[in-house]
Amino acid sequence: MAKGKVTFNQDICKGCGLCTTACPVKIVTMDTSKMNIKGFHPATVFEMDKCIGCANCAMMCPDSVITVERF
Amino acid sequence: MAKVLMKGNEAIGAAAIKAGCKYFFGYPITPQNELPEYMSREMPKVGGVFLQAESEVSAINMVYGASGAGARVMTSSSSPGIALKQEGITYIAGAELPCVIVNIVRGGPGLGGIQPAQSDYNQVTRGGGNGDYKLLVYAPANLQEMVDLMQEAFDAADYYRNPVMMVGDGMIGQMMEPIEFKESKSRFELPLKDWVTTGTKEARKPNIINSLFLDPAELENHNIRLQAKYDAMKENEVKYEAYNLENAEIVIVAYGTTSRIVRNAIIDLKEQGINVGLIRPITLWPFPEKAFDLIPDSCKSVLSVEMSMGQMIDDIKIASNGRWPVHFYGRSGGMIPTPEGIIGKVKELVGGAK
Amino acid sequence: MAVVFQKTKGLTDKETHYCPGCTHGIIHRLVAEVLEELDVLGDTIGVAPVGCSVLAYDYFNCDMQEASHGRAPAVATGIKRVQPDKVVFTYQGDGDLASIGTAEIVHVAHRGEKITTIFVNNAIYGMTGGQMAPTTLIGQRATTAPLGRTVEHSGMPLRVSEMLATIDGAAFVERVSVDTPANIRKTKKAIKEAFQCQIDRKGFSIVEVLSTCPTNWGMTPIDALKWLADNLIPYYPIGNFRRPGEEK
Repeated sequence: MAKGKVTFNQDICKGCGLCTTACPVKIVTMDTSKMNIKGFHPATVFEMDKCIGCANCAMMCPDSVITVERF
Repeated sequence: MAKVLMKGNEAIGAAAIKAGCKYFFGYPITPQNELPEYMSREMPKVGGVFLQAESEVSAINMVYGASGAGARVMTSSSSPGIALKQEGITYIAGAELPCVIVNIVRGGPGLGGIQPAQSDYNQVTRGGGNGDYKLLVYAPANLQEMVDLMQEAFDAADYYRNPVMMVGDGMIGQMMEPIEFKESKSRFELPLKDWVTTGTKEARKPNIINSLFLDPAELENHNIRLQAKYDAMKENEVKYEAYNLENAEIVIVAYGTTSRIVRNAIIDLKEQGINVGLIRPITLWPFPEKAFDLIPDSCKSVLSVEMSMGQMIDDIKIASNGRWPVHFYGRSGGMIPTPEGIIGKVKELVGGAK
Repeated sequence: MAVVFQKTKGLTDKETHYCPGCTHGIIHRLVAEVLEELDVLGDTIGVAPVGCSVLAYDYFNCDMQEASHGRAPAVATGIKRVQPDKVVFTYQGDGDLASIGTAEIVHVAHRGEKITTIFVNNAIYGMTGGQMAPTTLIGQRATTAPLGRTVEHSGMPLRVSEMLATIDGAAFVERVSVDTPANIRKTKKAIKEAFQCQIDRKGFSIVEVLSTCPTNWGMTPIDALKWLADNLIPYYPIGNFRRPGEEK
């Protein structure tokens, strides 16, 4: 049962990947199946049920891409 | 109002405070030290702020910040220190900020000397720093005139949102003359400063003070807007004095204390039957080009007299537009021209013309 | 569900021009969050430097002034002396602060000017394309040190926090890093303490933030975080050098 949920404003993501280093449960990843309007692979989470809502990814993001909610 | 005997540098300070200047940032350099010293004593008394900066560079940047935050602010220096300030001055002009800068000119180039000079004419009239901009430049000939111009200097700075310079040579800074601080009404209707950085109070969009325009089209438009200001200054702010032009065979162009020595020479020459006129620029920029239209047909040549190697000659030639030959007489390095020296040059020219 | 993290109103909506993974974005956000949390956004004036963050005036949601290279502390002094009740900060890189601006930063510390400086140290010149900075490490390559910096030619890199901490008027001096979430949290705490130091009128406050420049270091943003941890932190130790009330 997920403790948290993250939303990515994918069109402003620059594909830097810093968020992927910050997640303690290692669920943040770059979605190589799509490109955003800037031409980058945006960050995403496929396994949202594992999210603990710690906001580490959002802390790491230089572009305020991520919004974090907690139950 | 009673007259007071004051030293030039101190009179500048007193006039600035009277004109509403509340902030002064400066640095010691001869021959203007009495001005920051005066400000350090007097600013706190009127609830203003005096700060001795770590350098002239820092002082002009403090002026930038203070002006951007809405202050009526001044700095002062002398020639080599003004050279240091050029970067800050061009930023102030580019960001359209008001301020008054006082330059008490000494001999140059480089470290030069500490005696009076007028060898900053190019530095002050050609902008001084990088880019297309101008300063409104006043060059009073005596302390009363300087004090009278101070209110206008601050008001013009606010009106045009541009740096304004008050130029005196070392004599203006150091001499003592009786002055009267007159009440003066502002010529200018000053708009509200709604562009200043005083905090948004989260009730308006942020104000940004800036001279960076990376997009060339934007920067060109910015320059066109700045130029319109300089055109307006040329139209409205020229000040000069014309003396004894009627039937003059030679017209001398001189400003500041040099003009007073020239005036004495003109009186002597008149007694010797040689009629010489004087055009005295009071604004160095904009230069009083139209004054040259007052020169009568009797005039055979124009003579620039300066305490320099001849920097005003070019502007005189432009204003003369080929109508008269332009000659030069000057002293440099802190040497002061004498009436005898000027008379000698005039006689040489008159002799040649005959 | 409660939102526990969203974009701060201290930043404008403008998307930044910074390279992907540039830590300027993180540091801007932390400053903006602190200003929002201290409820001083409407009373703040920031001063932008010359460097990659020259356009910071477009990103912070408060009044801003753009300064000439190195002179931001002098500009901030002018603002603060006119508006002593406002919060005034400078945001400067290592070229701006530690090279051309050394007189200005020393003297705001010297005067105990009640402003806050955010010093972004990434050991290189970013905007101008990767030249050597006073903080570039020995052996580190730069476009003006193509074989790597040497002591004989350029001296040892400058430790700004240690230097400023010797000045009485520098009431709060701390060096932090933004290479991990834990360090980012510490950075935010230091920035908050620095601004509080200004609000309490204790003196000059500065936070030196060890940062990355993936583009000019020639590595990916993720590798750059590791390079920072392995190389910058050992030479530039993280920690507090001065805070009000503490004798060191």
